[in-house]
Amino acid sequence: MGKKMQIALTVNGEAHELLAEPRELLIYVLRERLNLTGPHAGCETSHCGACTVEMNGKSVKSCTVFAAQANGATITTIEGLGSPDSLSVLQQSFREHHGLQCGYCTPGMITRAHRLLQENPDPTEEEVRFGISGNLCRCTGYQNIVKAILAAAATINGAKEAAE
Amino acid sequence: MSNVLWQHRLGGEQMIAAAFEYHRPAHLKGALGVLAEYGDDARVLAGGHSLIPMMKLRMASVGHLIDLQDIAELKGIRVAGGRVTIGAMTTQHEMIASTELSSAAPVIAEAAVQIADPQVRYMGTLGGNVANGDPGNDMPGLMQCLDATFTLAGPDGTREVAARDFYHSAYVTARGDDEILTRISFAAPKGGYAYEKQKRKIGDYATAACAVQVTMAGGKVTSASIAMTNLSDTPIFSAAAGAALVGTSGDAAAVKAAVTAAVAAINPTGDNRGPAEFKRHVAGIIIGRAIMRALSRA
Repeated sequence: MGKKMQIALTVNGEAHELLAEPRELLIYVLRERLNLTGPHAGCETSHCGACTVEMNGKSVKSCTVFAAQANGATITTIEGLGSPDSLSVLQQSFREHHGLQCGYCTPGMITRAHRLLQENPDPTEEEVRFGISGNLCRCTGYQNIVKAILAAAATINGAKEAAE
Repeated sequence: MSNVLWQHRLGGEQMIAAAFEYHRPAHLKGALGVLAEYGDDARVLAGGHSLIPMMKLRMASVGHLIDLQDIAELKGIRVAGGRVTIGAMTTQHEMIASTELSSAAPVIAEAAVQIADPQVRYMGTLGGNVANGDPGNDMPGLMQCLDATFTLAGPDGTREVAARDFYHSAYVTARGDDEILTRISFAAPKGGYAYEKQKRKIGDYATAACAVQVTMAGGKVTSASIAMTNLSDTPIFSAAAGAALVGTSGDAAAVKAAVTAAVAAINPTGDNRGPAEFKRHVAGIIIGRAIMRALSRA
């Protein structure tokens, strides 16, 4: 066992302090210590993107971040984007457009799409495909995921226009 | 990110790194101090997307990990007096997003968007990409094309090494164990440019890739710089390929001569991207495309 260190994290707006070995992976800090099981451990080799969370405004694969690196970070997981009673626009859009089948990739996919739309609120289909290229889905063939993200962008932009 | 990761995963091994002591200095001086104290038992961590997978596989053993994320002096892009200077901890994402950099050296973003995937580009840094010495990394070849200079800070001060002299063999570079690569600088390139990369899928290393910068005047090529990625155990800069273009109109015969010279300089090895003969074939096509695209922009 390595020496533990104090880690402070703000996750989904809530401050946490915990003791962890520096080598622990962020994905397991979130899942096993904070019980946030939305982000999934898929490949654990930074290929699949199922573990994607937002850290300090970046989409990151939390299987490739040591707990120590995340000390002081602000993190958003799928749990911070919406809830079963109050789905986010992206979550609603994935549901309406059948953007998931088995659902394993979905939390990472939606968390990534959320950041993508923050940076590029009106993406083309090609930009969506390129923007989610770090997230693998083995069920859908991506068609409906891309549709769902484009539709979510249109909904968000439509709501913005209506408010103006 | 290499394929060896998959083989280990399928073998059911745990993906947990060996224990290490973590350091996060706020200044370069502190980082150099930890390096000096622990010698080759210490490693610096930039974005971590090469080192962390290796640590998880226990293929890299690190007693003291020095995280550079808090060192402000290693960050940022500066374009001044015709020279571009990029801090080693600047991420691929930051380079792609920089309008200043894209106007001074558009080839950087053209290459950076072809590296890995969005998540990796938020973390992966220019310094990590060039310092690691992985022949699969894209920036070393591009930096040789741009004739960039790497600044290394060590216990006795700083020194500069040309990108074209930095790479000795796979993972073996001119950087000493007690040194940190702090910044990369190059003259803002003029003329046409291209970074052409053949890869099997998004996120993959190149089967073959090529960086080209060319200038033209009065219908003739006045300068040409050509370097290649993942076609030897180091990036390859081919002066002969550039020379084959200079003084010509950039016609098909000149491009063919340049491609022939460039392919003569490489020494690919067979792997899961194909046998050496296949890589030579792909290299010829990719180098030709890169030259043509750069000429079309000159």
